[in-house]
Amino acid sequence: MKFQEKLLDSFIAFEQDIDLLSPIHIDRKNALKRFEKQGFPSKKDESWKYTSLKSIIQKNYNLSSKSDKSVELRDVKEYFLNDLDSFKIVFVDGIYSPFLSKTTHDGMDICVLSAALSKDKYKSTLKKYFNQIVPKDQSLASLNTSYTKEGAYIYIPKGACPEDPVQIMHISTGNQESIWLQPRNLIIADKNAKVEIIERHQSLKDHSVVTNSLTEIYAEKNSFIDYYKIQNDLNSATLIDNTFISQQRDSNVSVHTFSFGGKLTRNNLNFYQKGENIQSTLKGITILESNQHVDHNTLVNHEQPNCESHQDYKGIFSDRSVGVFNGKIMVEKIAQKTNAFQQNNNILIDNNSKVNTKPQLEIFADDVKCSHGCTVGQLDKEALFYLKTRGIPEKEAKALLTYAFANNILESVKTPNLKRRINSLIAKKLGVNLGFDL
Amino acid sequence: MAYTEDELKKELETKEYEYGFYTDIDSETFPVGLNEDVVKAISKKKNEPKWMTDWRLDAFSSWKSMNEPEWSNLHYKKPNFQDISYYSAPKKKPNLNSLDEVDPELLKTFNKLGISLKEQKKLSGVAMDVVIDSVSVATTFKDTLEEKGIIFCSISDAIQNHPELVRKHLGTVVPKKDNYYAALNSAVFSDGSFCYIPKGVRCPMELSTYFRINQAGTGQFERTLVIADESSYVSYLEGCTAPSRDENQLHAAVVELIALDDAEIKYSTVQNWFPGDKNGKGGVFNFVTKRGICHNRSKISWTQVETGSAVTWKYPSCILKGNNSIGEFYSIAVTNNFQQADTGTKMIHVGKNTKSTIISKGVSAGRSQNSYRGLVQISPLAKNARNFSQCDSLLMGNDCGAHTFPYIEVQNKTAQIEHEATTSKIGEDQIFYCNQRGIDTEKAIALIVNGFSKEVLNKLPMEFAVEAQKLLEISLEGSVG
Repeated sequence: MKFQEKLLDSFIAFEQDIDLLSPIHIDRKNALKRFEKQGFPSKKDESWKYTSLKSIIQKNYNLSSKSDKSVELRDVKEYFLNDLDSFKIVFVDGIYSPFLSKTTHDGMDICVLSAALSKDKYKSTLKKYFNQIVPKDQSLASLNTSYTKEGAYIYIPKGACPEDPVQIMHISTGNQESIWLQPRNLIIADKNAKVEIIERHQSLKDHSVVTNSLTEIYAEKNSFIDYYKIQNDLNSATLIDNTFISQQRDSNVSVHTFSFGGKLTRNNLNFYQKGENIQSTLKGITILESNQHVDHNTLVNHEQPNCESHQDYKGIFSDRSVGVFNGKIMVEKIAQKTNAFQQNNNILIDNNSKVNTKPQLEIFADDVKCSHGCTVGQLDKEALFYLKTRGIPEKEAKALLTYAFANNILESVKTPNLKRRINSLIAKKLGVNLGFDL
Repeated sequence: MAYTEDELKKELETKEYEYGFYTDIDSETFPVGLNEDVVKAISKKKNEPKWMTDWRLDAFSSWKSMNEPEWSNLHYKKPNFQDISYYSAPKKKPNLNSLDEVDPELLKTFNKLGISLKEQKKLSGVAMDVVIDSVSVATTFKDTLEEKGIIFCSISDAIQNHPELVRKHLGTVVPKKDNYYAALNSAVFSDGSFCYIPKGVRCPMELSTYFRINQAGTGQFERTLVIADESSYVSYLEGCTAPSRDENQLHAAVVELIALDDAEIKYSTVQNWFPGDKNGKGGVFNFVTKRGICHNRSKISWTQVETGSAVTWKYPSCILKGNNSIGEFYSIAVTNNFQQADTGTKMIHVGKNTKSTIISKGVSAGRSQNSYRGLVQISPLAKNARNFSQCDSLLMGNDCGAHTFPYIEVQNKTAQIEHEATTSKIGEDQIFYCNQRGIDTEKAIALIVNGFSKEVLNKLPMEFAVEAQKLLEISLEGSVG
């Protein structure tokens, strides 16, 4: 049986586990119908031209985890940012782990979606936000919606600014040979609220895990959201990350994506600007090796005047790795005085690796400032020579230059602990000790 | 004014009869529709050898299995390919006795472009004495070219007289099955130009000059093949700056350029076909496949000024196969009213040390949509490849759109690729400055647009650069509100 059919057939079994009377159930059913019609994207779809899911969907996966063998804290401790106080929402094989988590309902809601779905007091919020900005024509998003059950639920009320960041962690144990996970996150920052979120997917054993995750983020008036994605999984893991962000006036949302690992990672990052005077920031560092494949597919939809967007993605590719960047800026007719900037710089370390990039502008308003730049090249030979004449070995010199190349993305990371963590990840990835800290 | 193609056809037909214009041979037009027999008949009509007929039939059979591409950023009603007559002798315009009978609008444009009276007459189909004059000029050109061993003739003549050259090269750059329109063109192409520059020869004149005087209606499925043998040079200009009220709605041309070792081809296009009226009615659909192949140390340079056609779908490309070869693309696309353009280039780097430059300028006004779509591909073997791309868009008014779709695919670490794009509008302060100096707004805009497209205009052969500049002004007329 093909996996796509299995997904469709398993829905009946899935319905046994959930509350069929929930108002969102109709969304699930409609989404399943859409997925049945759309199927998995193929290379013939323009936005999937450079990334193929064929080998992944040919295999078979378990849709739910059977074992409830819990994970010990010491097994997963290294993946958290431990040296700072934070809220934690942890899922093990798709199931919420209260033991590893630290949630709250005190003045704000940092909990899980299943809890929000089961309680009446969340009904109106869910009705207002759930599945509101997810486009209907993306089959993987539809697939995720149809199996909505668990994920993070974060609601920051008016004016609240939790000091501690929220860590969302998805752990896959490898107790089953292969597993297909579909977490669904809903994040809302109400007026004048501020929140910082760090998301990470991690598998503990070499086994095939596919995560088709969907995150909806709503930034209300004058809110502030900082979102960091750390993608440093084992080389057996596949991640399809669908993120949809709706921004109201005067809000400021930035998303940083650090892609260092995983067999195949696809980031669909979509910003919809629904008011004036909005700031959107999309930044990313990608460092890949050994057959890894990362595809950044971004969309910034400027729907209202006087907004800004800033995109900056850096990529370093070696050893048969493939990097794809497809950035799209849409400026609608009324979005005058838009200021949109997009930059994608890539370094190819060797000849087996590949870069495909397509920065795309679609502009319907005339009084705008839009630009994009894109480069593919190598490390500056003269700079390398200079460092070598100063007695720095070639490997370190290269790492130093590569680090410098990616550094301006790190500059906008606000939490020092996180910055340090990313810094050490980069150093590890480049195989050197940089010998300095930030 | 609702003026359909059918009405135009009818009008032309009646006019033709009125003047008793067509001789028997001229008026022979095939019935509408396309099938194998039509392809065979075209081939027979042109007295082609068997290999050519088979070649056409092969193209036709693959065309039947292909679908019209839909990926472009264009919206138009698809032409019905069974509703077109695939062979007609060049349609002649009604003979006029003097310039007084020519449409005054057309004359106004001629004057603005600064076209000489003689040429005006020629272009609008007036009077015979000028033509006789031109023919003599043409003959002198022909002599000069023959002396150097340059072959420049229509492709049908070339099939008759130089079959070995045509057979060797035709379809090597744009294969029969390349795409939907190329396959259609391969099956039914009516005529076109053929040019061969022998080894070591530098073509002494812009082939355009000759072409312009000798311009014959080449029909809607034009096929051009230019071969520059080793160490030769040719500059070729296609099209015309004068407005051409072409009655064919669909154009699907194929242009193939072959630059052998150390050769250089400069191919310039000025396209000013009927863009449709102010309400977006009518206008030419232009679906062109243009591609050149560069062998070692050779260079192909495409320059285009696109101001006409209701729909343009065109990507002049270079395959940089040889080592140290160079590809260049300079383009200005101006769209106004309801025009749509999806144009750009492909630079395929295969050889070592290959270089390419892309400069694309788009100006959109009125309710038009202007897209740049380009591909820069560096294959794993293309060491030290270098590319620089720049696409700038200028938007005028609130109802038009500018789109950029650059594809960059790199598989070699020594490649250096740079791409940059900007979109902006004409600054109010710039216009204010001009106004202050007594330059009215329309002139000021023309000035600014000219400055914006200067990099490309500079690449045109001199005499056309001047006309092209004026052409830009005319295309944007009335777009300031």
